[in-house]
Amino acid sequence: MSESRRTPLYDTHLHLGARMVPFAGFEMPLQYTSILAEHMAVRERVGVFDVSHMGQIHLRGPAAIDSAESLLSRPVASLRAGRVRYGLLCNERGGIVDDVTFYRTADDALFLCVNAANIGKDVRWICSHAAPDAGVRDRSDETGLLAVQGPASAALLSRIGDASIAELGRYRFAETQLAGRSALVSRTGYTGSDGFELYLAAGDAPHVFETLLSEGEPLGVAPVGLGARDTLRLEAGMPLYGHELDDDTSPLEAGLGRFVKLDRGGFIGAEAIARRRDAGATRTLVGFAVDGRGIARAGYEIASGGSIIGIVTSGAPSPTLGKPIGLGYVPPDHSAPGTTLDVMVRGRAVPAHVVEIPFVAASRPGS
Amino acid sequence: MADYEIPDELLYSREDEWVRVESDNRLTVGVTDYAQQQLGDIVFVELPEIGLELHPGDSFGVIESVKAVSDLYAPVAGTVVEVNPLLEERPEAVNEDCYGDGWMVVLEGADAEPELLSAQEYREHVEERGD
Repeated sequence: MSESRRTPLYDTHLHLGARMVPFAGFEMPLQYTSILAEHMAVRERVGVFDVSHMGQIHLRGPAAIDSAESLLSRPVASLRAGRVRYGLLCNERGGIVDDVTFYRTADDALFLCVNAANIGKDVRWICSHAAPDAGVRDRSDETGLLAVQGPASAALLSRIGDASIAELGRYRFAETQLAGRSALVSRTGYTGSDGFELYLAAGDAPHVFETLLSEGEPLGVAPVGLGARDTLRLEAGMPLYGHELDDDTSPLEAGLGRFVKLDRGGFIGAEAIARRRDAGATRTLVGFAVDGRGIARAGYEIASGGSIIGIVTSGAPSPTLGKPIGLGYVPPDHSAPGTTLDVMVRGRAVPAHVVEIPFVAASRPGS
Repeated sequence: MADYEIPDELLYSREDEWVRVESDNRLTVGVTDYAQQQLGDIVFVELPEIGLELHPGDSFGVIESVKAVSDLYAPVAGTVVEVNPLLEERPEAVNEDCYGDGWMVVLEGADAEPELLSAQEYREHVEERGD
């Protein structure tokens, strides 16, 4: 078994008293104090995350944009410099290789931010399908990535850099200086709250992280681990690869149809996705809230009328809502909001009902 | 090693439960400070029905943190005669006061078995496992 890898902030996390856990081959902070407290810090004030384990795959060259266009489920050529999009890499069966964000950095260049667990798979996938002069380069190891999320996130960044960063629009990015270091900053995130993601040279990540924590004290900043990252994205109704998404799942089943340029085609998987759509969906992703006594968790079965009809893909207590919530796949005829379901918790049917996603309304400027 | 409260007057199991002898025949059981720190925020506790007969090592319930589900194991043999009603509404009482308000069950007809650990023995058991 290969040794766990570490991000540039490993020592910082230990110094802060984090409980470290293995995740996607990395030793990552699960929590520093309490998952619930860290979650509420983001919802109420501002939290800082180390997400340097994620991958960054760059393409630069004459065929970079065209290659990306043929691989991504969203338009690439029409994405202007300084803008970022969420999209999918799909396979020929119409399944999902990974869900990514991609940043248009120049006429002939872009980079993808990919899930840590899929870095190797994505690099191989892109390299085997891109043209030779697409200039594919895996820059994951040299890149540090931090997330700053919560209503006070713009105020915090203004304290360590140019105040104009607060004006950055949603899904836009800019290159700037933070705490005296070069950073590419995007107004993106995985929490449903307002926030930013900071791309740094790996060696600069500890300094910027520590500066955010010290400068953020008057704002009530907290370091936030992967435990709260998961409860936050769940409240926001955001999928997690390996749970809601995998190589066999079609984007349409997962409710990601608006991130797929099916009418234009021209990307790997387009035909298969359309074929699967025309054949009719057999399952669809829903959000649900648990009404009875019990917490739904990934892998628990979903039942209705005494029969098993689906499965929970993610589930946890929602700190903001004060009740357990979850995501899962059910047949389309059980997917309307309000539909009652049972979640099987240790052999017991616990009542739940389908709710609209997101569970917690996005609280961001312009949303 | 982090600081764990391990009251001298209690007995302990290797599964991180504490036992308080109430009388010759009745014992109160809960989980230790080490356990609640390891678990993190407790969000759900499932306790047994009154009358359930337990043998040592039987699962008598479930304790859930945000991320994980853990079984609770009977440290001794006995019959469940009381369960803590507070934990249904306030599972976090286990984090806040694991030896007081966070008690879980009272067992009757139970012997404090020789396999239970003293406070000192339990402290060594915690230290062996590291932080």
